[in-house]
Order: sequence, then structure tokens, then C-alpha cells
Amino acid sequence: MKTVTTHSGLVDSFLPWLTCVAMLAALAMVFLYVPNERVQGEVQRIFYFHLPSAWMAFLGFFIVAGASAAFLWQGKRSADLLARAAAELGMVFCSLVLLTGPLWARPIWGVWWTWDPRLTMTLVLWLIYAAYVLLRVFAGDTETVARYAAVLGIVGVIDIPLIYISIRLWRGIHPKVEQMAPEMAWTLLVCTGAFVCVFTWLLRLRVRSLHLHDEIRALRQHVVAAS
Amino acid sequence: MPYLFAAFSVVWIVIFLYALSISRRQQELSREVETLRRMTEEKTNTESS
Repeated sequence: MKTVTTHSGLVDSFLPWLTCVAMLAALAMVFLYVPNERVQGEVQRIFYFHLPSAWMAFLGFFIVAGASAAFLWQGKRSADLLARAAAELGMVFCSLVLLTGPLWARPIWGVWWTWDPRLTMTLVLWLIYAAYVLLRVFAGDTETVARYAAVLGIVGVIDIPLIYISIRLWRGIHPKVEQMAPEMAWTLLVCTGAFVCVFTWLLRLRVRSLHLHDEIRALRQHVVAAS
Repeated sequence: MPYLFAAFSVVWIVIFLYALSISRRQQELSREVETLRRMTEEKTNTESS
């Protein structure tokens, strides 16, 4: 147990610094290393933060689904708290996708938003997990609410494969990544690594604060029972 | 360039604000945990003496 705590403490003190270094490296590669894309020019550099944001949102929602399934199966409180934290983070990154997307679309497509299948399905994904987060915030912290939320968390993840196949099914205008120059691939890899660091760091922080909430509740009950 | 600048600013601002809100919440919660622990210990000490 002591080894686990020490390891966790090391990760917690090391991770913010690693995140800062990775983010600075990602920025340096986006602005100093990678060349301009031939057709779109410098605005295409938004891609290096837009795509990793989408991947982190998907990662967050897959964690929600996995942890929710574990909670329904085993009833572990820690799985429920992980699902709750991951849903919040997934929402943050999905919001980044929906904010950076229009900023890229405006100069390239001439519009901020269009009801393209991939864009629409991403908005639907955001709405599903917004419902999940609102349910957790406003419906109370009971076992029943946790079970309803877990079902929503599992069902909602079905939208992610739909986002991927939407381009082939409905032929939208959203570009798909097929071939990339090595400089672009390396920059995307470093940016994704930086986003994984940010995601992991924030997820650990959020899970810990949810555990603190639980501890406070238990201590309050103890104080009330003792008085 | 303004779109590129706006996109990167949005990413940084959103991540920074979220990290700030979590760490503030965590500090408040840690303080509350400490206070409650102290109260529990005081109660236990009073009862034992």
C-alpha cells in the first residue's frame, strides 16, 4: 500500500511538469517546425490541437462507458467516481473540438457551422454527455442516479463509431486524414502526447477531488453521530 | 492568422480555467477535510478523558 502511495505521489508531482514541457514542445512544433499546408496555409495548424482534442474527448467518453459498466457490474464507488470525472473531462475536450472547429471552418468553408454529418454527430455527442454531467450535478448523489447515469454513459458512447463512419455513410464535407507528410505526422504525435499528459493530469486531479467529497461526507456523518 | 490565434487562445484558456477551478475546489475540500478530522479527534479525546 505504501509503495502505491509513494508511486502515486511521484506521478502527481512529476505530471504537471511533464505536461508543461510537452505542451511547450507541441507549441514549438506547431509554430516553428511543421511547414504550412499547401492549400489551406497557416490556418491548417489548428488541426494539431483540434484532432487531439477530439481523441481526448473520445478517450474520456470510452472511460465513462468502461467505468460505468464496471460500476453496474461490481457496484464499486471508485468506478462511478472515475466515470463522473472522465465525463467532465470528455465534455471539456469535446467543447474544445466544437470551438476550434468553427474557427478553422470559417476561413476554409466560409461558414462558422454547417450541418455536416460529422459535425452534427459531434454536437449530439456533446449533448449526450452534457445530459450526463447535468444529471450528476442536479439529480443528487444517490445510488439510483448513479445507475441511470451509468446506463446513459454506456449508451452515449455508441455515437463515437457513428462519428467515424458518418463520412462514408452520408458523404459530408469534413476532411478525413489519409496521408500526411512526416513533419506533420511527428507534430500530430507530439501534440497528441501533450494532450494525453493534460488529460491524465486533470483526470487524476478531478478523481481526487471527488474522493475528497466522499471523505467529507463520511466525516460529517461521523461528527453528527458523535455529537 | 487571427483564426489561428483565436483557436490556440481558446484551447489554452479553457484548459487553464478548468485546471484552476479543480485545484481551487481541491484546496477548499482539503481544508474542510482537515477541519472535520480535527473535530472528530477532539470529540474522541473528550469522550476518552
